[in-house]
Amino acid sequence: MSEGDETSASGLLDRRLFLRRGLRWSAAIAAAPSIAIAADIPSDPTRTPGQPFSNYGQPSPQEKATIRWISANRAVAGNGVSWTPLHDLEGIITPSGLHFERHHNGVPQIDAEAHRLSVHGLVQRPLSFTIEALKRYPQRSRIGFVECGGNSNSSWNLEPLQTRAGYLHGLASNSEWTGVPLSIVLDEAGVDPAARWLVLEASDAIGMNMSLPLAKARKDCLLALYQNGERLRPEQGYPLRLIVPGWEGVLNVKWLSRIELTTEPVMSRNETSRYTELQPDGRARQFTFVMDVKSLITSPSPGHLLNEKGLYEIRGLAWSGRGKIKRVEVSADAGKTWKPAALQGPVLPMSFTRFRIPWRWDGAAATLQSRAVDDTGAVQPTRAALVAKRGRAGYFHYNAIVSWQVSEDGELSHVYA
Amino acid sequence: MSTPERLLLASWLLIATAAQAAGPGLGKPLSAADIAALPRSVFPDGRGLAAGRGTVSDGKVIYDAQCTSCHGIAGRGGSGGHLISDGKLTGADPDPAVNTYWPYATTLWDFTRRAMPMTAPGSLSVDETYAVTAYLLHLSGLIEADGVLDEQSLPKVRMPNRDGFDWIDAKRH
Repeated sequence: MSEGDETSASGLLDRRLFLRRGLRWSAAIAAAPSIAIAADIPSDPTRTPGQPFSNYGQPSPQEKATIRWISANRAVAGNGVSWTPLHDLEGIITPSGLHFERHHNGVPQIDAEAHRLSVHGLVQRPLSFTIEALKRYPQRSRIGFVECGGNSNSSWNLEPLQTRAGYLHGLASNSEWTGVPLSIVLDEAGVDPAARWLVLEASDAIGMNMSLPLAKARKDCLLALYQNGERLRPEQGYPLRLIVPGWEGVLNVKWLSRIELTTEPVMSRNETSRYTELQPDGRARQFTFVMDVKSLITSPSPGHLLNEKGLYEIRGLAWSGRGKIKRVEVSADAGKTWKPAALQGPVLPMSFTRFRIPWRWDGAAATLQSRAVDDTGAVQPTRAALVAKRGRAGYFHYNAIVSWQVSEDGELSHVYA
Repeated sequence: MSTPERLLLASWLLIATAAQAAGPGLGKPLSAADIAALPRSVFPDGRGLAAGRGTVSDGKVIYDAQCTSCHGIAGRGGSGGHLISDGKLTGADPDPAVNTYWPYATTLWDFTRRAMPMTAPGSLSVDETYAVTAYLLHLSGLIEADGVLDEQSLPKVRMPNRDGFDWIDAKRH
């Protein structure tokens, strides 16, 4: 097969190309801001003893620009978010220290020995669990994403915000979570047949409380004690959080301390006045739990620079709260033509899935997009279609196709296309 | 023992057996006193509300002292967002706020009680929480200036947008 057969007019190459041949790469995509290398790095590391051991490893000082981007309330520092730098990361696992944060009034400091999980309400046996007790229960692990319902919310704006990909779409992160299936604890308490909902409550400074349908709680929720192999970080809910696979982040209640079984949702502030979506007709969508199919190109993306013509790998992430990613297609001509990207295994349900496709940049302006399809057949919509359907005032649950424009200088910017 | 009772007992035993098979059964029983000491869920029909009362006029004093720095005078806006709006939920610039958007008055009491003010959450007494809630409902045009709220009257306040929500991924029973 000649190379001409593999290359579309937009420069996208067959996704299997890198597997078949040893292609010469262009110089790696350069990060636009240059990081000063620490002065104490020896000129020849083979001629001087290395650094000593450390109790807990840290990233290289040369990677200190790979950080969560914090945007917090100016009056209440603990009310806000920090964004995962998706544009700097690879694979599908988000390092725990870079997992996004959404706190409503800071990260509580909790004594794990004193902490209790109370299960009461419509149960036959109201029970209290210590963390040590929960550690003795059968543990299960699952790899999956947590995505804030408000992720990507700036994309509802009339003009595209110019910042890094992770600071637009990085209220989503992916981890291996390990803990006790919630169904085991519910069965031990003996759920009354009249119960339909759980009210989940946290030990934070807003007393976060959210309602969760019992059917989902029984199906696949985890009382998570561990993230990526280690105990939860404080900002991820230490000592106990709930993981609700595929559903909006706010239900994955951190610092979980109380579960009340009820017949009805509690109608808390964060399930009525927030995390609901006002529609153009004045009605609002409520209990929009599932995070819909979504993808974005993480590299190249704004802040990266293509410093010469030639071959690049377009890399991105796709996920769906409804199931597995079935297909991701990539366009380099603003959606006129599409080519299937390779999905890198493992392709797991309700998890980040990494996709890749080679692209030959000819030096002309281009618009890069990705479009994901999940195994329920749900297709990621264009921005125009999403806005036409939902208006722009809903704030939550933005999942439209993301467009990056490449200039003739190789610079990338965020556009609506 | 009647047949239905025997069936019920049998099903409970089955559930208990399944629980033992699945986990070590380390939950400690919560007594009625333990449960009474837990935080309460407050429902739209008033279940869970603490007994107490507060007036609109007391609420204005508390609001002016403790809430204006983030929510502005008379709820008209600040770093914590505005609470009261003259706007609508439709049109080019919809403006959801407590008075235009929140479906239940009980939610306002509950969130204020558990989370406000953010610098000292939980510091408002039950009566003070009723008072601040009364003041905000007065600013919403739902209570007179000489009005009083308590655990009986609060759930009877009907918010204008109560029926404005469609459930997407959950069923009403």
